[in-house]
Amino acid sequence: MIYLDYAATSWPKPKEVWRAMSDFMENSGGNPGRSGHRLSISAARIVFNAREAVANLFHVSDPLRVIFTANVTHALNLAICGILKPGDHVVTSSIEHNSVMRPLRALEKEGVKLTVVQCKTDGCLDLKAWRAAVTPGTRLVVVTHASNVMGTLLPIKEIASIAHQAGALILVDSAQTAGVIPIDQPAMGIDLLAFTGHKGLYGPTGTGGLVIGEGVDPSELRPVVRGGTGSRSEYEEQPDMLPDKYESGTVNSVGIAGLGAGVRWVQSIGVESIRAREEELNEQFLSGLQNIPGITLYGPPNQEERTAVVSCRVAGQNVSEVGLRLDDDFGILCRVGLHCAPSAHKTIGTFPEGTIRLAPGIFTSPDDIRTVIAAFKKASKPHG
Amino acid sequence: MGKFGVILFHTNTSAMQAEAVLIRAKQEIKLIPTPRELSSDCGISLRFDWDYKSEVEALLQRSKVDFAGIHPLSI
Repeated sequence: MIYLDYAATSWPKPKEVWRAMSDFMENSGGNPGRSGHRLSISAARIVFNAREAVANLFHVSDPLRVIFTANVTHALNLAICGILKPGDHVVTSSIEHNSVMRPLRALEKEGVKLTVVQCKTDGCLDLKAWRAAVTPGTRLVVVTHASNVMGTLLPIKEIASIAHQAGALILVDSAQTAGVIPIDQPAMGIDLLAFTGHKGLYGPTGTGGLVIGEGVDPSELRPVVRGGTGSRSEYEEQPDMLPDKYESGTVNSVGIAGLGAGVRWVQSIGVESIRAREEELNEQFLSGLQNIPGITLYGPPNQEERTAVVSCRVAGQNVSEVGLRLDDDFGILCRVGLHCAPSAHKTIGTFPEGTIRLAPGIFTSPDDIRTVIAAFKKASKPHG
Repeated sequence: MGKFGVILFHTNTSAMQAEAVLIRAKQEIKLIPTPRELSSDCGISLRFDWDYKSEVEALLQRSKVDFAGIHPLSI
């Protein structure tokens, strides 16, 4: 079996991750920080260590600015719904995932002004159109760091600088890049960074978060969930301090134990080396596939403009047929269809059929890629 | 070790951060449930050796750990 669905979730997870989770269940199962006994403190310590590991990964000096959420979608919703009010202007790109598009479209109905800037057919940002869209009245810009459909990277530093010149905040969706592409949040000028734990950070599902940059005043960001925090318990109002303001209810402590282990594991390899390795695999992958007649590839051809996510189509065959055949006949697991990003598919011209998405990861070998290319040579010929 | 002191925090995350900083500095400390007579801001507080009050305070300030107050522990 060859697993090529890392863009959906990474698999397998390193043994360090599930051992940390099993150890948490066995030895530290208290409610983190709610009670003062040893199991509660032990759990809180593990959650804090994970918070510190995430802060280090993104070069953020204050771990209290790392807010844990159920997933990146939850983090994006917190940032989008917590900042925007009716009458505010927000700018986003046409290659966003529905985790950004759906909350924005919902707020648009409530009076938020939304501009979606059309990207080029390979997903790359049209900087001229982007600059024209971001005006002094813009409150927020929301962009993905890399497309989940064709891997196209957006120029975050430039987008941040344009946003700041206009007095807007920038929210970045790093679902496809955290752990895969180096991210220095302060250096890149990212005000709000949403991340997932279960893809490039190799943690379990049910983990993710929002990192609030030093330049953001928490009074600008309303919580979307309020409740018990284990602090200021005599008051019926939500506390203001971080991270409690945005972390009501017991966090997914066993998941966060795994996430912390995943981040430390990624750091032990180094994000730079992970990126270099994935670039090599992707180079091999794209050059192998582009020589097969009938295969159309999407996204930018240059490695530095993309992640190791390959989207393609086979002439004369629908994507679900190819996906089923890859699984049944070759044991190759990938994802076909729209990948929860209809706007991205409209941008590259593959809506509503979608694409076959092949996303390798850290446990993928050059041999695996050779096998997949050979399989595509067979699968691209019709049955019979 | 003579008298104890206790450090109060606004959030348990700061208590965990303080613990990590002080353990690295080899201070003898222990996280305890917050004494009810002091505050109920956060359920966990940090107990330390009162003789080292100024060192502990300086370590936390240097590491930018936010805390709500430092008190001698009456027991």
